[in-house]
Amino acid sequence: MNARAHGSIGRDRASVAGKQPPIDDSTDLLIIGAGHAGISAALTAAGCGVRVTLVDENPVPLTTMGEDVPLHFGGRVAATAANHNAVLETILRARPQLAEVIDAGVDVRLGTAAWGLFPNRPTAAWIDGHVAGLADEHRAYLMRFEQVIVAAGCRDMGLAFDGWHRPGVMGALAAYRLATDYEALDARVAVLVGSGTETLQIGNALSEAGIRVAAVIEQAAAIAGPQELASRLLEGGTRLLTSHVIEQALSDAQGVAAVRLARVDAQGHRVCEALERIECDTLVLGIAAVPALELLEATGCAISYQAERGGHVALIDGSQRTSLPFVYAAGDCAGIWPSKTLSDATARREGRIAALAALRSLGAKCDGRKEEPVSPDAAGGGLDAQRLGWVRATTLRSAASPFVCQCEEVTAADILELNPPRYLRWRRPSPATQGLCTVDAQRAPDPDVVKRLTRAGMGPCQGRRCREQIAALMALASGAVLPDIPLATHRPPVRPLRLSQLAALPEAAAMGDGWESWFGIAAQWVPYWRVPPESRACAGGKHEAVSGE
Amino acid sequence: MSADGRAGAAVVIVGAGVTGLSAGWWLARDGVDTLVLDAGAAGWGASGRNGGGCSHHHSPLFLEEQRLWPLMDELLGYPTEFQPGRIRIALDERQFALYRHALENAAYHGFRTEVLDAQQVRELVPLAGGEIFGGYHYHFGGHANPHRTLQAYAWALRDCGGRLLQHTRVLGFETQGGRVAGVRTSRGRLACEHLVIAAGPATGELASLLGVNIPLMSARAEMIVTEPLPLMRLGGVDGNGLYGRQTLRGNLAYGGGPHEWIEDADAAGARPYSTPLQASIARRLCALLPKAAHARVIRSWAGFIENTPDGRPVIERPAALDNLTVATLSSVGFGLSPASGRAIRDLVVSGKCSFADLSTLRLSRFAALEADWRRLQGWLPSAVSIDA
Repeated sequence: MNARAHGSIGRDRASVAGKQPPIDDSTDLLIIGAGHAGISAALTAAGCGVRVTLVDENPVPLTTMGEDVPLHFGGRVAATAANHNAVLETILRARPQLAEVIDAGVDVRLGTAAWGLFPNRPTAAWIDGHVAGLADEHRAYLMRFEQVIVAAGCRDMGLAFDGWHRPGVMGALAAYRLATDYEALDARVAVLVGSGTETLQIGNALSEAGIRVAAVIEQAAAIAGPQELASRLLEGGTRLLTSHVIEQALSDAQGVAAVRLARVDAQGHRVCEALERIECDTLVLGIAAVPALELLEATGCAISYQAERGGHVALIDGSQRTSLPFVYAAGDCAGIWPSKTLSDATARREGRIAALAALRSLGAKCDGRKEEPVSPDAAGGGLDAQRLGWVRATTLRSAASPFVCQCEEVTAADILELNPPRYLRWRRPSPATQGLCTVDAQRAPDPDVVKRLTRAGMGPCQGRRCREQIAALMALASGAVLPDIPLATHRPPVRPLRLSQLAALPEAAAMGDGWESWFGIAAQWVPYWRVPPESRACAGGKHEAVSGE
Repeated sequence: MSADGRAGAAVVIVGAGVTGLSAGWWLARDGVDTLVLDAGAAGWGASGRNGGGCSHHHSPLFLEEQRLWPLMDELLGYPTEFQPGRIRIALDERQFALYRHALENAAYHGFRTEVLDAQQVRELVPLAGGEIFGGYHYHFGGHANPHRTLQAYAWALRDCGGRLLQHTRVLGFETQGGRVAGVRTSRGRLACEHLVIAAGPATGELASLLGVNIPLMSARAEMIVTEPLPLMRLGGVDGNGLYGRQTLRGNLAYGGGPHEWIEDADAAGARPYSTPLQASIARRLCALLPKAAHARVIRSWAGFIENTPDGRPVIERPAALDNLTVATLSSVGFGLSPASGRAIRDLVVSGKCSFADLSTLRLSRFAALEADWRRLQGWLPSAVSIDA
């Protein structure tokens, strides 16, 4: 509707109108993540007459890695990772196709994280088109794009036990990333926790990188992944301990020095036997590889729990397109299943499919190239039971009450009893009165409610180490099945950014002129003893700043 | 049917935000059979997404706000994280003049405010530095934790025998002889002897179903939060065009700057997304507390908030019906909630607020309001403004 046609129109100088941020950078197809899927998407889209930009956050700034973002690096980043240029060279060596992508004319930006996607939408219509928030080590900036392929990979599920906050307890994907892309994994003897396909594969890769894998621990009675991968490890001298969980990580000044294991029965109860002790300097948590959803979820792509895709993932169609028509998901962030883990061909195909669909949306020529849609393996059915089994046997039954959320120091009991944070030193008068099921007895408990009340998941690692554990604890305590526990929301910036970095984003001059602490409604703050009897529309012609409270 | 099988209550409150929950708790602690319902989860709207400030010296509810906050932990039986006092920093002369009205309002009520010079600000606020013009130290007001306070109201309501029904949409109302007889909801009919509508942005639409016109417009606003930093002696520090606080955990949680007007139909049931505005908030927070420039922003969020044309609340029993109370706090509801809930209790029980003069919050002030007030004030969604 043309408002002006109806007569005089006022101006609200404190609203966002006319204050759109200036944005210099733009591209047609933005690809986030330069793994197999992202590289394949970039190579598919290159040379088709559209501008293609490929960003990858590696090398990640050391301070960010120190917060266990984006992966659970667990204090095992070797000093060599501090040399940014050396790491860049290592990454280019580890991913040789990146050179091809650059040669094909793609704008490749390494060391560049995507911290938010901001599309124009009815409730945020002041943003024109689609805008991505990007950041390198020094600055944050905005980039316009038409279509985006998110190929953000995956991360590890955390698992709380006594001592899991010590240096040397880390995620399997973090260990793999450091060993391959960075050649900076500070580990000699590792114990692997979990026996899924990814974990066993990573165990073999670590072994090839010269790290001794002393043992593989599995809480269930049998390993979860392919026997062939386990056999290769066993041949190298690795012990396989099924029906075992970690009781405690023992440590010295350098971090983990040994691990004590407990034997458990099928219900996850500790069997009273002497505890096994294994010397190691690194505990590699490979409980589950979780699709890296943060950017997709924070942008508003519809998410659902799909066990055959490894848990919560974005809903996609046959062309890898999410519920937001300009956003595609490809690679591990679109789903993880064993055959996809064993061969990079699937991730590459997903990248091609997404790129072809994006090219079509951009009206670019793609020579009638076609790819058949990708389908996951049939669900093994063991995924939920595995995750719940680990959390039940390791965390819920731990006598040591380890912090599940390390950032905010929240235990499993705190989560289930909805205890206020311990800095309040508040004691519940009657312990039985409130708990997980009292917030809304008619629905499965919501991790966002738990987050607000206990602070679990609210720390600087942005819930990366605890969110799957919290969901599992809530399922175990409430009797709900894991798929019924909602996914806790993600918020931008999905990578922690220094205030000074964000502050450097350019803004419209009008932003400063009309800045108000609240709505800038002068009448709102007139003290009640001076309020006029009648309220009429205020045309807002006076350009006076207003001090709200 | 409600959770325990009783269909209805003496008082049904639509809206489990901070205002509705406080009203429900005040009623329930008086022994009134009370049921609070919400289309979503309790406190999921602006009630749980604000800065937590409790210093509203312009409001007729101010004295009661000040009296109640220090007592709330004890009255509710759960922690609210209320912390008294506030410092407002001006980085330039213009801000200093602008923030001065607090001094006059506080003096009117007999509360103490100190004027601070730059050096005093630096001494009181370890994270401040750089360009400081001056500031004000309020020896009243303060801030609380919205999440914790919301759940405290909800639990306290239940402890007093009140009921909370979440994820229950109102489909319509039944009236009979000038009275509201019941509420039709997605979980069936709820009979009531009195109805309270305190539903945030949905208040206008719900009241209009009963023929009561409350002029409202909704907007989106945003906040950011950093990782925890060492605690300052006084967490209630803001200024430079920002509102917010250092939480008891140490995070800096701040908002401010432009809002975006939106259609209620677009906001209903929608998730509020933050935008690159978070960078402009970060810029001003950096200037306000330069020694925190290294702190990492770990979250941002947005919320939908309703405003009346003059930004002042409506708390009233409209004459059109015998047993209806409506309330919107017009974008400033959290801090006033202990007092607004008590005022609503009074209106429901006796028709009159026992502790404050609410005559400035009546709907009758809008009798001569122009029909196109939104356009006249420029309160239009972005798409409309752009077309124009």
